[in-house]
Amino acid sequence: MRYLPLTPEDRASMLATIGAKSVDDFYTDVPEAARLKGKVPGLPDHQGELAVERHLTRLAAKNRSASSGPFFVGAGAYKHHVPATVDMIIQRSEFLTTYTPYQPEIAQGTLQTLFEFQTQVAALTAMDVANASMYDGSTACAEAAVMAARVTRRKKVILSGGLHPHYAAATRLLCEAQGLEVVQLPVAIDGEGELAKAVDGETACVIGQSPNVFGTVTDLSGVADAAHGKGALLVSVFTEAVSLGMVTPPGEMGADIAAGEGQSIGNGLNFGGPYVGLFSVRDKLVRQMPGRLCGETVDADGNRGFVLTLSTREQHIRRDKATSNICTNSGLCALAFTSHMTLLGGKGLKQLAELNHEAAVELADALTSVKGVELLTPRFFNEFAIRTPMDAEAVLAMLDEAGIVGGVRASRLFPGDHLGDVILIAATECTTADDIAAYADALKEII
Amino acid sequence: MTTYYTKDHEWIRVEGDTGTVGITAYAAGQLGDVVYVELPESGAKIAKGDGFAVVESVKAASDVYAPISGSVVEANTGLADAPEKVNEAAEGDAWFVRIKIADPGELDGLMDEAAYTAYCEGL
Amino acid sequence: MTMNSTGRPTAPTSVSAAAIETVSGSRGLLQHEDLLFEIGTPETTGVDLPKPKGLKSRLGGVARKVDTGLPGLSEPQAVRHYMRLSQKNYAIDLGLFPLGSCTMKHNPRLNEKMARLPGFGDIHPLQPQATVQGALELIDELATWLKTLTNMPAVAMSPKAGAHGELCGLLAIRQALIARGDGETRKRMLVPESAHGTNPATAAQCGFIVDEIKANKRGRVDMADLKAKLEKSEDVAGIMLTNPNTCGLFETDIREIADLIHKAGGYFYCDGANFNAIVGRVRPGDLGVDAMHINLHKTFSTPHGGGGPGSGPTVLSEALAPFAPVPFVVKDEDGIFRLVEQVDGEASESFGRMVAFHGQMGMFVRALAYMLSHGADGLKQAAEDAVLNANYIQARLKHVMSPAFDGYCMHEALFSDAFTADGIETIDIAKALIDEGYHPMTMYFPLVVHGAMLIEPTETESKAELDRFCDALESIARRAAQGDDTLKGAPYLAPAKRLDETRAARKPVLKWAAPDASKVAAE
Ligand SMILES: Cc1ncc(COP(=O)(O)O)c(C=O)c1O
Repeated sequence: MRYLPLTPEDRASMLATIGAKSVDDFYTDVPEAARLKGKVPGLPDHQGELAVERHLTRLAAKNRSASSGPFFVGAGAYKHHVPATVDMIIQRSEFLTTYTPYQPEIAQGTLQTLFEFQTQVAALTAMDVANASMYDGSTACAEAAVMAARVTRRKKVILSGGLHPHYAAATRLLCEAQGLEVVQLPVAIDGEGELAKAVDGETACVIGQSPNVFGTVTDLSGVADAAHGKGALLVSVFTEAVSLGMVTPPGEMGADIAAGEGQSIGNGLNFGGPYVGLFSVRDKLVRQMPGRLCGETVDADGNRGFVLTLSTREQHIRRDKATSNICTNSGLCALAFTSHMTLLGGKGLKQLAELNHEAAVELADALTSVKGVELLTPRFFNEFAIRTPMDAEAVLAMLDEAGIVGGVRASRLFPGDHLGDVILIAATECTTADDIAAYADALKEII
Repeated sequence: MTTYYTKDHEWIRVEGDTGTVGITAYAAGQLGDVVYVELPESGAKIAKGDGFAVVESVKAASDVYAPISGSVVEANTGLADAPEKVNEAAEGDAWFVRIKIADPGELDGLMDEAAYTAYCEGL
Repeated sequence: MTMNSTGRPTAPTSVSAAAIETVSGSRGLLQHEDLLFEIGTPETTGVDLPKPKGLKSRLGGVARKVDTGLPGLSEPQAVRHYMRLSQKNYAIDLGLFPLGSCTMKHNPRLNEKMARLPGFGDIHPLQPQATVQGALELIDELATWLKTLTNMPAVAMSPKAGAHGELCGLLAIRQALIARGDGETRKRMLVPESAHGTNPATAAQCGFIVDEIKANKRGRVDMADLKAKLEKSEDVAGIMLTNPNTCGLFETDIREIADLIHKAGGYFYCDGANFNAIVGRVRPGDLGVDAMHINLHKTFSTPHGGGGPGSGPTVLSEALAPFAPVPFVVKDEDGIFRLVEQVDGEASESFGRMVAFHGQMGMFVRALAYMLSHGADGLKQAAEDAVLNANYIQARLKHVMSPAFDGYCMHEALFSDAFTADGIETIDIAKALIDEGYHPMTMYFPLVVHGAMLIEPTETESKAELDRFCDALESIARRAAQGDDTLKGAPYLAPAKRLDETRAARKPVLKWAAPDASKVAAE
């Protein structure tokens, strides 16, 4: 077996050193009835690389990849180009095959990239401090809600009707487990502003999203003011990190906590994971943050160095009083994020955002030129919702036959909300003029 | 002016109906470098035995328990920017809070300096 | 003779490296590298993008006001930036990484290659299910492996890491209690004091109250204490027990513990972080477990990536299976795979959704590639070799170090600092290992052993590598026993000396800030 270096002779000599007769001696604490006599039944034996590769390649071939044709699916994950350099960097052994930087003397590489990541995330979200990553956007959102309850010592969390339903579900679950009350505002394509009316003196936080799940961008400043006026916090969520290049970021709207998904920068689609949760806050909330933080210091020679810090917030020290149970986070995805961001630079990100926006503008214009198609999203960045005169599922199936993956039917995310004729559609820098024309032409045929 | 000590290593110096509370030099030494102190706000009501503050080193966070019930008259806000004072002057400048004592009778079970010293030697 | 005027010295003369100062800050192969913010400019970019056309914006004025100001680097600069930083890291590909509880084993590159197939890496979680049948089949196949290896009837695939799997298990327990009408009364979760920090933290996140149980002299659950804690049992929700436990020992009384907790009306959560010691030899389903997370990034070799991502599928017993989170994959009679995404119909008792989308697909591909490579025979052999390696280390070092407990260990060997001279601590031994070219062991965990040193070699080390490691640690241990003060300054040979953690925590600097212009001018 190619992953096991010990030879039969090694094993025999090691057993002799130990003074054991066989490895069975090490398993004598296992209850008799639970000791398997042979191998676990029902599973195949080992295989060579070629055989494994053949099997998995066959499975992969059954899936249609986003790059194989016109592709317009968004709603929380986005098809962007990832530079070859990024993938090379994250495959470096020294980053890929190391652990959490618990021993800073031999982990300055990881630590410095985390420090740079935190700086970038803070700047992108226009907040004071960012942590070293969460699992993904949805869990970042849930953690933001429970953090807000801790900070305000209040128990009510209000979710906008434009919040991604998966984010809302993850947040509701964690909040209810902790005895918090969750108020879900009704689905509204342009409803982020409604949050301002819902906030009251018992509210811990309101959670708004911009761009929201329908693509609508909203300035949440008014919501922030309303929340602060009642002693509540604003949690500002985003699922499309590229939007931060040109859309008003959480910090400019007065958010107290920003929670979002970083997949769009440096990370592939991967069928939903692994992704990277971005989490940033105002300075005064730092000690209530979940997750790891990397900080600057000096070593014994006085040279600059970095360490994990403020760890008393975390599970390994604070145990049941920790701010979160998170341990393993999304380190390597954060490295992909930060290295892609480094290649882009501020100017490059802005340009990338503009390209995304223009692709979406052209797509929206092309699709609404089809008779019967209605654009529902009033202000958008790179995704929007349309209403078609037919059932969305049927439309998408016919588009599929034309080789086009036309978006997500809204009813998949909002099953009970009468959105059967609504499609959520995204465009990115990967979307070509031909893709747009093909979509519009096919839609014309179908309707 | 009398100083009393608890088994959890807090001290309280009583002047009239006010008590000044902190952690002992012994406790500060055990903690190592103190990096952060979280204090209650003035006006907060605290009950004997409850955790009212947290003192942190790099690798540990410890609750500080109230030696007596009362309301916080003043918190030593200077500690926020200079937590190292706890290591330098735990039983002096680095006091945590001043409390208006609700019931002086609660002081009865506490140790005096000699008893506390003996208690620490036994640990 | 013919004069040769090209002669140069070919035998070295010796000067101590410490005496050499360099102008560049680099030291030979170890290149100095400043922060990105000190070397890049906001105008620089390492990507070539087309020029935007200048179309009219549809943002409706919701536009960013202040530029990020973030610097970029050209591609060659960026490559060097990260390569130079990478050289300051230790990695499993470089050498033994004996971090106890973390299972730092070899990460096969085949797994990376498979995860990058466009059919896995470049598919969207919300594209039509008909276009991702191979992906759903892969999830189903991996689920079958996990259920078979654990002998458990169900598995939740969406948890993002071990701690998230713990949350999944406890939410299932919470939901089961609610369904029984015990949700309000049963709030006490028993957790051994030796548990990993995520266990009590997760219990608290789920609204449970943590009740610690003691360890006995053999490093296992103190049964007397457990029984006492169960005497009044109406409020007991369950127990969270790690097995093999964090001391690297199999819980001898595990069956009895399972029976006791079930009799008390609670559920048995098993922390499966240490599954590597028993995979292929013992199935947790045969031990009375109700829920257990499996860290794919430990037992099944998906890389740790400097802190993540992980993946924490959680197997569930018959009692908890109905409450499993959405989404999950089902295979219909026509052979079509289907995602159940909503809490209704066949998932009407589900406790809900933990996360966006369907879990860590990238990790699923890697883990399945690893399982297929090893097979049932190889996984069993891997567990046995992992345990053999740990016992070999324990046997080789027990004369110079202090084993925390008597008897054989499982996949990790645990020592206390009892053997060290006054003034020498566990951290000094750990840092001295760095100078010998090793990553230190896990230190000061578990909390039940003073100055704990937890050494997990894993099965992917050769005997020669283990011997080299033991020789190094043995010599350090002897120095520690003799009170050799030079240990206090270790490491001497690493890219950085010991770092000032007090300073980092007292005045946190958590991001780069441009130097204050007025101060720079004054200098
Ligand atoms: C015993 C134990 N339990 C739980 C965890 C948490 O797992 P993760 O880091 O994947 O969240 C770990 C890992 O560090 C562990 O060692």
